[in-house]
Amino acid sequence: MSSLAARRRHPAAILLVLLLGLVITGGLYAALAPKNADAAPDNSKTVAAGQKLFQSNCASCHGLDAAGGDGGPSLVGVGAAAVDFQVSTGRMPLANPGIQAQRGPVQFSNEEISQLAAYVASLGPGPGIPSKDLTSGGGDIAKGGELFRVNCAMCHNFAGSGGALTRGKFAPNLMDVSGQQIYEAMETGPQSMPVFNNSNLSPQDKKDIISFLMNVKTETSPGGWTLGSLGPVPEGLFAWTIGIGMLIVIAVWLGKKAA
Amino acid sequence: MSNEHSPQEGAVANEESGGVVATRDDEQSLPARFSNPGLAPHVHRLGDSDEKAARRSERQVAGLFTLSMIATVLFIVAYFTIGEKTSVTLPISGKVGALHAALGVTLAVSLLGIGLGAIHWAKTLMSDTEVVEERHVQRSDDEARDGAVKVVMDGVESSQFKRRPLIKYTLGGALGLFALPLGLQLVGGLGPAKDVADDLKTTLWDSEVPVLGPDGKPEMKDGKPVTRPRRLMRDPEGTAIRLSDVTLGSVFHVLPEGINDTADPLNQKVKASVILISLEEDKIKSARERNWGLNGVVAFSKICTHVGCPVGLYEQTTHHLLCPCHQSTFDLTEDCKVVFGPAKRPLPQLEIKVDDAGYLYAPHGFEEPVGPSFWERDR
Repeated sequence: MSSLAARRRHPAAILLVLLLGLVITGGLYAALAPKNADAAPDNSKTVAAGQKLFQSNCASCHGLDAAGGDGGPSLVGVGAAAVDFQVSTGRMPLANPGIQAQRGPVQFSNEEISQLAAYVASLGPGPGIPSKDLTSGGGDIAKGGELFRVNCAMCHNFAGSGGALTRGKFAPNLMDVSGQQIYEAMETGPQSMPVFNNSNLSPQDKKDIISFLMNVKTETSPGGWTLGSLGPVPEGLFAWTIGIGMLIVIAVWLGKKAA
Repeated sequence: MSNEHSPQEGAVANEESGGVVATRDDEQSLPARFSNPGLAPHVHRLGDSDEKAARRSERQVAGLFTLSMIATVLFIVAYFTIGEKTSVTLPISGKVGALHAALGVTLAVSLLGIGLGAIHWAKTLMSDTEVVEERHVQRSDDEARDGAVKVVMDGVESSQFKRRPLIKYTLGGALGLFALPLGLQLVGGLGPAKDVADDLKTTLWDSEVPVLGPDGKPEMKDGKPVTRPRRLMRDPEGTAIRLSDVTLGSVFHVLPEGINDTADPLNQKVKASVILISLEEDKIKSARERNWGLNGVVAFSKICTHVGCPVGLYEQTTHHLLCPCHQSTFDLTEDCKVVFGPAKRPLPQLEIKVDDAGYLYAPHGFEEPVGPSFWERDR
């Protein structure tokens, strides 16, 4: 890391990086021309800054040119959405290799995340960061609920509280993530999650699902304490420990002689 | 235990030791029989001797009953005043519906007040002196038994039941036959056995849909409607899917075309639900699975072969399909064979092809019955 940092201070390196970024961005844009209008800002300065960040923080796994490396997959073509999702939820940079990258403290500022995203987006066309009007609710909640139950609820639970997968993997809780992160996850399919591209769930469908989840979050629980909306396991646990415990206490009191 | 001792020995031991009737010869020397220890001496409660304490108990019981009354009144008030949509944020449970929370708490307190008051009353004030009630012989004396038999026999005689066999046999027949309708409902309610088995062996994918002409009416040829195999449609939208839509790592939840035009769409859905997944073609180890798919896009029945839950949890990284009910896990790279859990058979695959319009369709149905086992299933 220190040798990298030392090389970075060399003025020629900055020029080289700038040049490389420009050539890659320009070349790939001309060659592949991503259809997605909001794919990525092609600001070369942002890209260059992103590349710097990438090489000092991500390259040890993903390779210096992001083509994949020791343990990390290639990031060519994953798009800005994947980077924004992984980094803004604190999953990347990976704290330690395990069965599944988990949410953690976010390591970068919003500006740095957008720089990283711009750099990775410049490597190849991929899903871009969704626009605000698709990720901030206001869609059809009923439709979103139906789509959620067909496509998402089997892993993420009927109320978006998450659930277990095989061998220690799990689908995370959706209640404390932003609409933008939900949208990006559907579009890019991080880790075990499959991809829900725009022909499977259209942008409007995704907006409806996000609106449904936002409604679930703010909705009043009509039946009282939800116990985390996790279903029969915590409910059974509560009945067997607290409920039966109280019955035993009352039974003991009933059988005791008064003073 | 006491068989080793003669009765005489026991009697002697009883006289000598008082309490213990007889002892065994071995080292443990457990008593063979215990004498009746009798009742423990009665312990008086505070309230039995101290009038002040008794009055305090009285006030406590009355307090609990009053608490119950207050809670009941509050229940009625809450029922009429709190709106159904009002919510309240409580310490542990968070945001809950105010009406139901209030009704639950007040009803619990009113019922608990009555119960706790009654128990407290019984324990502190009601008489608690021990009473001995001797058991008596259960058998009635011979006179009463004879009397009862006579009453029955007199009844039989006066009804002329024995003298009139016609009544006897027709009554027997009527009562006997009456049991039939009760049993018939149970057996008949199981449905026609053969049809059900046939129904379980086929899905909507086995049948075809009519081709519509430009005028929106079914096309006819030689007096018969022209049909074509069913396309794969997105659940719930019911839109057709192109092969290019199914990008790598995608999962589509699929229903057969025209499922909502059937008489019983839900019954069809529980058999014909399909999951359409795209994975790298070279990851697929089975040649048949590759051939029945298209460029690594494969379709499998979504109905678990264990007890029929929808198998929907697809892990993109491991290519495993997990059933949420009992954790049966299917390996998508090898004909969806079972790699974990109670399921015994792989998920049946649905062959897919692309039609002239570019949409995915199933040229034929599943080759074996989908879902869990049933009696008439061949294997």
